Amino acid sequence: MSLASSTITDLRQKLVAKEISPSDIIRDLASAIEQKNPTLGAYLGWDVEKALAHAEQADLTQPLGGIPIGIKDNINVLGEPCSCGSKMLAGTYRAPYDAGAISSLRRAGAVPLGRLNMDEFAMGSSTENSALGITRNPHDLERIPGGSSGGSAAAVAGDIAIATLGSDTGGSIRQPAALCGCVGLKPTYGRVSRYGLVAFASSLDQIGPITKTVADAALLLNSLCGKDPRDSTSLDVAVPDFTQALGQDIRGMRIGLPREYFVAGIHAGVSAALQAAVKKLEALGAIPVEISLPHTDLGVSTYYIIAPAEASANLARFDGVRYGHRSPKANDLLEHYMMTREEGFGPEVKRRILLGTYVLSSGYYDAYYLKAQRARTLIRQDFEKAFESVDLIVSPTSPAPAHKLGELKDNPLAAYLEDIFTIPVNLAGLPAISLPCGHAIEDGASLPVGLQMIAKPLDELTLLRAADAFERQ
Amino acid sequence: MPAPEINIHHVAKLARLALTEEEAVHFHAQLTSILSHVDQLSHHDLQAEPSAHPTPVYDVVREDVPRSGFSQEEALQNAPRRVMNQFQIPKVVE
Repeated sequence: MSLASSTITDLRQKLVAKEISPSDIIRDLASAIEQKNPTLGAYLGWDVEKALAHAEQADLTQPLGGIPIGIKDNINVLGEPCSCGSKMLAGTYRAPYDAGAISSLRRAGAVPLGRLNMDEFAMGSSTENSALGITRNPHDLERIPGGSSGGSAAAVAGDIAIATLGSDTGGSIRQPAALCGCVGLKPTYGRVSRYGLVAFASSLDQIGPITKTVADAALLLNSLCGKDPRDSTSLDVAVPDFTQALGQDIRGMRIGLPREYFVAGIHAGVSAALQAAVKKLEALGAIPVEISLPHTDLGVSTYYIIAPAEASANLARFDGVRYGHRSPKANDLLEHYMMTREEGFGPEVKRRILLGTYVLSSGYYDAYYLKAQRARTLIRQDFEKAFESVDLIVSPTSPAPAHKLGELKDNPLAAYLEDIFTIPVNLAGLPAISLPCGHAIEDGASLPVGLQMIAKPLDELTLLRAADAFERQ
Repeated sequence: MPAPEINIHHVAKLARLALTEEEAVHFHAQLTSILSHVDQLSHHDLQAEPSAHPTPVYDVVREDVPRSGFSQEEALQNAPRRVMNQFQIPKVVE
């Protein structure tokens, strides 16, 4: 097995035993990237020399010492470009600082390596909204890797990254992980610093790991979590050692099956994989319990009011003055703003800025934004009530396996509706993981299916315990 | 439920976003379809306090102590246009 296709856990053992050096990993990875990335399009850029320099300095006594981590291109890494998959920032912007999550990784001895493609400003579920190139699913090159962290998932699945960081606003870590057959974890809202993550929807965004195994997700989480005074929403709560969740059993764990999630419209292959997964959890000693999340059908509508509303405010910063693209054609200040943004943003970003501006505009605020905030409370209360009788909730991560490239391109509403199982988790701020649970056959292709597990706020331990037990079976 | 009326040019101006006529037609149709869908919220009795974010954390303030930020050079390093160590914008006052 090549170093590039190894897990963090394996590489750490070899590093500590001095069988390999951090530079060996970087070199092996660099040759794998050079060989496969022209086809996969997962990376937007990588700097091997810089990574080698950092790797030589890496403190191998730290928990991630010498491990290279790929970074979604909306997280600032000092001195590197940070494009957000947008013409607004590509080719002009370089990060003047490290994001909080990057500082955490560096403290743990990890080495950032490479910038990963994504839907522009994290808006999308296919990575087709990147203005900078196509990313392909390693399981079928004619299909999407999911999104918005599509590059992060495709790199891990294609063995051109050991592990990566993504960001998740409505499913953007879990859904690409599901479609590419890897593990993706969205921590509880507030667990991980968002300082230096380019903001999309601030009440929903969260950074998390995409990995080959649940154990690797636990390892990364150990280093990522914790209060950062530079992010006022980060929580000042104790961070357990998440690896203590590994190797446990789940006998007696109550697993909630929301009846609203197991409905018509789910791909038959996904449905079958889920049924098998529930059987497997049962065989491991878990107790399935049917539950109800009655406001599930409001999730997509609520999200597609709140997220664009927040995005329209957050993206106001791209005004061609302090950083990024600036239109050369404008004659006055208003024209400067309007043309800079017209030229810099792609269609999905424009669509969401317009949608968000509309729902916040005078006369519509109560009808849309305030209603969505009320619905959000009801969705959160659904989960609170469900967690009175279960320890964990399971569902498909996505109702369908990976679509063909271009299939949903001109139908944004149809694409939005596919986020039905991931969105409520962000609205309620809960931790959730997606892990592989089999395959679905589509047009002769065998495509990965993701199992989503959702836990109570700050209960990542239960999530990892169940996911690890499932993965080991 | 009738489709909501959207003055796309007004919204685009509020968003400081120039649109071509083709884009205006395209986005108008797409926004109308999306808003017709999200309008399902108005059919529900939403008896709940609005929540702006999911965690019970409010009014976070930091210690009132001076701290350093970017140097002038760091702050200006990404400026598309700078003059005399400042950001340059088009002339505002005649």
